[in-house]
Amino acid sequence: MHEAAMRPGDDVILSVQDLAVHFPIGGSLLGHGQRLLRAVDGVDLELKRGECLGLVGESGCGKSTVALSLLGLLTPTRGRIVMDGQPVSGKQSGDRKALARIVQMVFQDPYASLNPRQTVRRTLEDPLRLHGVTARSEIEGRLEAMLKHVGLRPEQAGRYPHEFSGGQRQRIGIARALILNPKIVICDEPVSALDVSIRAQIINLLLELKETLGLSYIMISHDLGVVEHMSDRVAVMYLGRIVETGGWREIFERPAHPYTRTLIAAIPDPLRRAPLATTKGELPNPLNPPDGCAFAPRCRHAEAVCQRAPVPSLETRPDGHAVRCWRADDIAGEAFADAALT
Amino acid sequence: MTTAPLIEVEDLRIDLDGRSSRVAAVEDVSFRIERGETFGLVGESGCGKSITALALIGLLRRPLSVASGAIRFEGREIQSLSAAEQRDLRGDRIAMIFQEPMTALNPVSPVGRQIAEMFVLHKGKSWREANQLAVEALASVRVPAPERRVNDYPHQLSGGMRQRVMIAIALACGPDLLIADEPTTALDVTVQAEIIELMRNLCAERGTAILMISHDLGLVANVCRRVAVMYAGRIVEQRGSDEIFRACAHPYTQGLVDSLPRLGTRAAHGRSRLREIAGVVPAIADFPSGCRFNPRCAQATEICRTTAPETTWLDAGGLVRCHHHA
Amino acid sequence: MKLGTSLIIGGLLFALAIVVGLLAPWLAHTDPVMDANLMNAEEPPSWLWWFGTDAQGRDIYSRVVYGARISLTVGIVSQLVNSVIGVTLGLSAGYFGGWWDDIVNGLTNLMLAIPSLIFALAIMAVLGPGLTSLLIALGLTNWSFTCRIARASTLSLKSQGYVQAARVLGYGDLRIMITQLLPNMLGPIIVIGTLGMGSAVLAEASLSFLGLGIRPPFPSWGSMLSEARDQITTAPWLSVFPGLAIFLTVLGLNLLGDGLRDILDPQSRSRRT
Repeated sequence: MHEAAMRPGDDVILSVQDLAVHFPIGGSLLGHGQRLLRAVDGVDLELKRGECLGLVGESGCGKSTVALSLLGLLTPTRGRIVMDGQPVSGKQSGDRKALARIVQMVFQDPYASLNPRQTVRRTLEDPLRLHGVTARSEIEGRLEAMLKHVGLRPEQAGRYPHEFSGGQRQRIGIARALILNPKIVICDEPVSALDVSIRAQIINLLLELKETLGLSYIMISHDLGVVEHMSDRVAVMYLGRIVETGGWREIFERPAHPYTRTLIAAIPDPLRRAPLATTKGELPNPLNPPDGCAFAPRCRHAEAVCQRAPVPSLETRPDGHAVRCWRADDIAGEAFADAALT
Repeated sequence: MTTAPLIEVEDLRIDLDGRSSRVAAVEDVSFRIERGETFGLVGESGCGKSITALALIGLLRRPLSVASGAIRFEGREIQSLSAAEQRDLRGDRIAMIFQEPMTALNPVSPVGRQIAEMFVLHKGKSWREANQLAVEALASVRVPAPERRVNDYPHQLSGGMRQRVMIAIALACGPDLLIADEPTTALDVTVQAEIIELMRNLCAERGTAILMISHDLGLVANVCRRVAVMYAGRIVEQRGSDEIFRACAHPYTQGLVDSLPRLGTRAAHGRSRLREIAGVVPAIADFPSGCRFNPRCAQATEICRTTAPETTWLDAGGLVRCHHHA
Repeated sequence: MKLGTSLIIGGLLFALAIVVGLLAPWLAHTDPVMDANLMNAEEPPSWLWWFGTDAQGRDIYSRVVYGARISLTVGIVSQLVNSVIGVTLGLSAGYFGGWWDDIVNGLTNLMLAIPSLIFALAIMAVLGPGLTSLLIALGLTNWSFTCRIARASTLSLKSQGYVQAARVLGYGDLRIMITQLLPNMLGPIIVIGTLGMGSAVLAEASLSFLGLGIRPPFPSWGSMLSEARDQITTAPWLSVFPGLAIFLTVLGLNLLGDGLRDILDPQSRSRRT
C-alpha cells in the first residue's frame, strides 16, 4: 500500500490484507450443487492509530462480515489480519480473549444489545473479572471512571437497562465496549436506532472518547453525514469488495466511483430540495454476481468493458485515493454535483 | 367539486388509557391537506405522528382513542361514519403504506393476488379482470417482468421490491390520499431514492395527495410541500418545506437541524462539535407542563414552564407554537 | 386486577399445600401409619375425626396432611430433575446446533411420541415401587416440553446484541449460556415447571393408584385413593378427601403457572412505547 510504505509500520494499528469470507450455500450433504456466497472477497484495509475509518455501503455489501471477522467471530476463508502487531486467527477461544482486549464493538440497537436481566454494574464488572481484574478497589475505580467518561452517574450503576432511555442505553453500550481498554472500537451504526435529537450527543461523545482515550475507530454506517463528520478515511464497499477508498475529503468532495457518487447524491438534504440520484435495478444476487464490475448493471456510465471479466482492480493514486473502476478517468471530468454546499 | 379540503384535522386529541390514568398522547393537532398536496409530519419516537395517521383512517385501537376534535374527509366527519363506511374509505379513498412491507404483506399469498384483491373488493371487478389489472399495477411501480412477478410470494422479493408492491396495492384503487408511515426507513439509500422518486411521480400523475410521516428531516423536506414538526404530542411548527428547516421559527426545529451532521458541512466549514439538544425525549406519561419542550430548551423562561404556548401565525405563512419564536 | 387473581389464588393454594406438608407433625392429630385402631374403623367425618377414618381406623385427616409431604416432594423434585435435563439439553442444542441439535431433537420427539405415564410405568416396573424409583421415573419422562422451550428461546436469544457483545468481550460458551441466555429464558421455564409439577403430582397419584408408586402403609394421596377404591360406595370420605387434596394442589399449580406466565412471559408483557 502506498501510504503504508511511507510511514513507519507501528503507526498502523490494524491491517487487513486480502480478507475473504465465503459461505457455502445449499447443496446436498456431499456438497453437490453447493454454491459459494462471497460475502467478502479480497478486502484490504488499514487503520492508523487515533484515526477513524468509515466503512460504508448498503446492506449485503459485506461490511458487517468484515466487522465479524475482525472481532474473531467469523473465521475468514483467506486473508491476513494484523492487530496491534499481532496476527489474528480467530479460531481458538484463548485468542478471542486476548483479542477482546484489543478490539471491541458498539452495537446498533441499544435495546437488544444490553442484557435486560443484568444491572449496569454487572454488565461492566463481569468482563473485568473475566479478564483477571479481581481487586475490589480497582474494579470499583474503573467502573466509576468509565461511567463518568460516558456521561452517566456512578449511582446509576445499580439500575437495569429498562430504567434508561435509548441514548443512555447507548452510553452503557459504549462503556461496556471500553471497559477493557481496547485500542480499536468498531462502531456498527451507533446512532441509527436513536432518536434524531439524541444522535448528536452520542456522536460528540464518541469523538471525545476517541481523543481522551486514544482510540481508533472503524465506523460502519449507511448515514453518510455521520461518516463524513467522524471519519478520517473512508472505504466504500459494494458486493464484497472495496470500490473506493481515500481520505474523507477525497471521498466526499471528489468521489471517483459512480457508486460512491450515487450513494452521496441519493441522500435527501433537509435544506435543499433536489431530485435524488437513482440507479437502475437493484443489488445483484451475490450468489450470482455479474462477470465484470459488480456495479456495471446499475451504472449509467457502464460500457462494454465494464460488463466483461475481469473485475477492475483497485487503482491507487499518488494521494492514496483508490478507485475500482475502468472508467474513473473518463468520468472524472464530469462535474460531481455535490450535495449541499452551504 | 366542493371547496372543502381533502382532509382536515381540527384540535385533535388522542388519549392513552393507562392503568390508572388517561393522558393525552396527541393534543391540539390541526392541519389540512388539499387535493394532490404533499404534507409531511416529522418527529421523534413517541411524538404522536404515527397515531395521528392511524386516527385519520379510523384504525386507532385501545388503549388509544380519539378524545376530542374533528377529522373531516372531504367535509365528512370520519368519526361519525359507520364501521362499514370507514372500511370503504380505507383502501379505496385513503391508502396507507408502512415501514416494514414484509409485515404488511400476507406471506402466504402471491403478491399479484394481493393486488388483485383490491380491485375485487373495492371496484367490484371479476378475478380475471383484477389479475390483469394487477399486472398493470406492478408495471406502473416499475417492477421488472410484472407478468412473472405476480406469482411471487413476498419472501421472494427484495425489500425495495416489496415496498413497490405495497405502493401498487395502496395506489390500486386510485386513492385520493396516500399515507406513508416511514416508507423507506428499512431500505438502503439508493433504494430509498428510487421509492421516493416513484411515489413523487405516481402521485403527481394521478393527483394523489401524500401524508408522509418520518423522523428524517431530509426525506420530508424533499418529498413534501408543507411540513409539520411534532414534539411530544403537539405540532410545534408548520410551514412550507422550503423555509421550515432553513429559517426555523421553533427552537426544537432549530435544534434538530443544528444537531444533524449534514453531508457537506465538514467540507465547507470544518469539523466542529455538533450542537446537542440536551435531555431526553419524554415518554407520554411524563410530558412536562407548559411548553413540552421547555426542559430541553435553551431559551425557556418562566412562562414556558407554566403555560402552553398558543399557535402564532407567521407573516411568511405557516404557524409556530412558542412563546419566544424567532 | 385480572393479572393478579389466578396468581394469588394459585399461589395461596400451593403455599397452603407446602405449609401443610412442612407442619404435618404439628397439624396431624395422630400418627398416619402407626395409630391404627380397629375400634375406630371406618368412622365417617365428625368433630373427632375431621375426615373420617379408614378400615384400619387410621385418621384420614392426619394421613392427608402427611400425604402432602410425599405428593409435593414427588412433584417438586421430579419436576426439578425434568427442568434441569430439559434446560441443559435444550439450551446446549439451540446454542451449538449441528449434530448435537439433531440428536436432542430426535430424543425430544421420541419422548413426545411415548405417553410419559406409560414410560414412567415401564421404569417403575423395572425399578420396583418406592419413593426413589418414583422420583427417577417421573424425573426422566417429562422434560421434553422444557427442552423445546429452552431450545426455541435459545435460538431467538442467541442473535441478540448482548449475546454478541458477550462473545466480543471474550466470554466462553458456557459462561454465555449461564449468564446471558439462561436468565432471559427463565420466565417460560418456570411457567412450564409449575405446570409440570401439577402433572407430576397427578402422575404420582396415578402410579400409586396402580400400585406402582408409594407402597402402603405410607400415605400418599394416590396410594390412599388406591386403598379406598373398594369402599367408594360404603365409605366415600376415604377417596373424597385425598382426591380433593390432589384437585386443589394441581389446580393451584396450574393457576400459579398461568399467573406467572402473565407476568414473566415477554409476549404478554406490555411493549415499550
